[in-house]
Amino acid sequence: MNSAKRFDILRTLLSVIIALGISFILIFMMSEQPVEAIKNLLFGPLSSKRNMGNVIESMIPLIFTGTGVCIMFSANQINLSGEGAFQIGGLAASCVAIYFTADILSPVAALICAGLAGALFSVVPAILKVTTTASEMVSSLMINYLALYFGTYMLNNVIADPKANAASYELCEASELPVLIGGTRVHLGLIIALLVAVLGYFFLYKTKLGYELRLTGENGAFAKYSGVNIVKVVVLSQLIGGFIAGLGGGVEMLSPIYSRFNWTSLTGYGWDAIIICTLSKMNPLYTPFAALFLAYLRTGASIMSRRTDVTLEIVQITQGIIIILVVAEQFLSGYRHKLIAKEAKAALKEEEVA
Amino acid sequence: MSNEVLLQMKHIMKIYGNGAVANEDVSLELYKGEIHALLGENGAGKSTLMKVLFGIETPDEGEILLKGKQVTVRSPQAAISMGIGMVHQHFMLVPSLTVAENIILGVAPRKGIFIDMDKAVSHAEKIAEEYNFDIDVRQKVEEIPVGVKQKVEILKALYRGAEILILDEPTAVLTPQETDELFVQLIKLKEKGHTIIFISHKLDEIKKICDRATIMRNGRSMGTYDVKSISTQEMSRLMVGHEISLQFEKKEQHLSEKVLLKVRNLTVHNSQGVLKVDDLSFDLKGGEILGIAGVEGNGQTELIDTLTGLNSRYQGLIEIKGDSIANESIAGIRAKKLAHIPEDRMASGCARNLSIQENLFSNQYHSPEYSRHQLLKTKVMEKRSDELIKEYKIKCSSRRQHVGMLSGGNIQKVIVAREFSTGPDIIIANQPTRGIDVGAAAFIRKRLLEFRDAGCAVLLVSADLTEIFSLSDRLAVMYKGKFAGIFNDTEHVSEDELGQYMLGIKKAEVLEGAVYE
Repeated sequence: MNSAKRFDILRTLLSVIIALGISFILIFMMSEQPVEAIKNLLFGPLSSKRNMGNVIESMIPLIFTGTGVCIMFSANQINLSGEGAFQIGGLAASCVAIYFTADILSPVAALICAGLAGALFSVVPAILKVTTTASEMVSSLMINYLALYFGTYMLNNVIADPKANAASYELCEASELPVLIGGTRVHLGLIIALLVAVLGYFFLYKTKLGYELRLTGENGAFAKYSGVNIVKVVVLSQLIGGFIAGLGGGVEMLSPIYSRFNWTSLTGYGWDAIIICTLSKMNPLYTPFAALFLAYLRTGASIMSRRTDVTLEIVQITQGIIIILVVAEQFLSGYRHKLIAKEAKAALKEEEVA
Repeated sequence: MSNEVLLQMKHIMKIYGNGAVANEDVSLELYKGEIHALLGENGAGKSTLMKVLFGIETPDEGEILLKGKQVTVRSPQAAISMGIGMVHQHFMLVPSLTVAENIILGVAPRKGIFIDMDKAVSHAEKIAEEYNFDIDVRQKVEEIPVGVKQKVEILKALYRGAEILILDEPTAVLTPQETDELFVQLIKLKEKGHTIIFISHKLDEIKKICDRATIMRNGRSMGTYDVKSISTQEMSRLMVGHEISLQFEKKEQHLSEKVLLKVRNLTVHNSQGVLKVDDLSFDLKGGEILGIAGVEGNGQTELIDTLTGLNSRYQGLIEIKGDSIANESIAGIRAKKLAHIPEDRMASGCARNLSIQENLFSNQYHSPEYSRHQLLKTKVMEKRSDELIKEYKIKCSSRRQHVGMLSGGNIQKVIVAREFSTGPDIIIANQPTRGIDVGAAAFIRKRLLEFRDAGCAVLLVSADLTEIFSLSDRLAVMYKGKFAGIFNDTEHVSEDELGQYMLGIKKAEVLEGAVYE
């Protein structure tokens, strides 16, 4: 491993430590029982099987949207529609799971439809970009509301169960993803998520299209000069990213957590995906670790807010600081330069000897 | 010139963020009131050393002594306050402001919270007069010619109290007349007690006006010499290093029967609608190098972009091996075995954050050799990368190293290795050795000749006349989108004559020898 890569890992770790440190200071300032609060934040998730299960189950959607965003961002397509794709994926899966009750085929069909819905949704900004050069960042940001309100419309007018309060008809039993670990709600979605992360890595680093994506993402002019079809990359990267985010929405909806579609606000997993993508340096293989970290932190915060007087929002501050420090190129740049200078000097000495 | 030491830079080492060592151990001593040349090839580290002095870069090692006192130059502002001024190669002026406004910018005389414009103009006029610069300070900078802009830059530095004036390749943008005028001014400045550092690689200019010269090569100082007592041959030997010969053994030419690249009546407008290539026709056969000389901006870039498919808006005909490329994509043109070394290697020649390996296959990953169905054959690529790194002598830690961490010469070698490894029939090389070290440049030139000998057609665009002369079989000069002259025998053209064609002073009445018919 060269010093630059080592430095990257070190910087990410240090960012996390600094962010936690600042959060602790804030907790000490706000709380009557700071030690108790910090203890719950750090170790609460480990305190019971159920809590550990909570961590794992909330990792799952993060891995999906994180991988989707990794693929889009790798092609330098700053498409933020993961949020909407997740929502619409959940909606599509619900619709299928309500009406299509054929045993094993029901969840399979629901998940495929969820992915396709997400793909078709996320590709809209891409098509706008290719045909009208509209920035995908702006259009994808706005289009998320379309997903939200379309979902609300469907919920109120098409799949609403008159007997339930603001929820759809019940999803068929056959569609529910089986629980893997008894006593928790950790479900089959975990396996699918891990598979998606590995496949995402394989796609980006081992296939022709993935290589084209990364070439375009790193230097579009270079990719064009090399003969890469940029339009294809722009469209396919967002199509695939949207598919994965949509699939994540479907998996979440079919998990034991939900029995009816009842999302009347955006879930936030699309935004979290950007944190996951940043922490994992756009490599899908690292998304499970980033997701584990984030899920752990959130579960801890939720336990802390239940048991002590510190509110949940403290974690958002921690998250914010981590992102700023990881993204800030100049953070620790002096130290980075020292490392590089040291290597260069060593190389010079070696040359002299040789 | 006295022998009073004004400034000393001792054992300066500067390593850039990508690990490139720009200055290894450079020392420089400046006498008060001298014109001191800093001489060296592109990439020798001259500009870096001056950036260190002017506070733009922080040195990793070494010290700077001004009038015997150790100083740390933290920023250009600090340098200016110490009496050091710098005129950059690319002017740092605000075009929409007047000369006076540019001169006083940042240190303007004030009236309350407003700038006192009357005073500004009188200040600017006073300083122009003091140094005998004949300038109308009320003119807008965008309206004045390049030579005058440079004078404004110099005045700007003088207005801020510069005792030491750094001029970074000041004559590169000037016509011969403007250069003479500049030299007169510089000598006057010297007489007034200013000390001037003159960065250049033009030996005759240094002979003309400099007192002493520090010669740099490869990030190291090769010593300081009295200009009067050193010959230009000796200076060039120190600058280039005599181990590398600039002359090549050119083998006898074997021209192919078939025309590989045919261009007829090519006309290209740029995106602003300006005519850049004007009704150009030429042929290129296998086994020859056609050199295109010319001052930059005379349509060379647009010509190359069009031939390689980067620009697809043109009138006229382009045929590769008899097929028109009008409806071909860039990939389609490359599939006809055309290789392209781009003008700007960082902008379009590589992806700096990808590894050497990932940069080596961007033009051929789709060939059955390197991929099957959708999958890349990574093992084959790894092996081939190692071979290419060895063959092209790319200095790196491994094939996994990011290209951005390499030196300019090694980055160029990665590009050349990639383009040449496809076994091309046509090579379009645009400034293939610009700004890289002499060793890498010689290596690339030798390769181009080998491809010529093997029957490849080479189109070489270069601003380096020595390169054009030593490589080309045929030579064309481009001026305002047309060929101003074509020489089928490069031996009977002098550099001087070529220069006249490049400036548009001379022009061939009838253009002969561009096409084979």
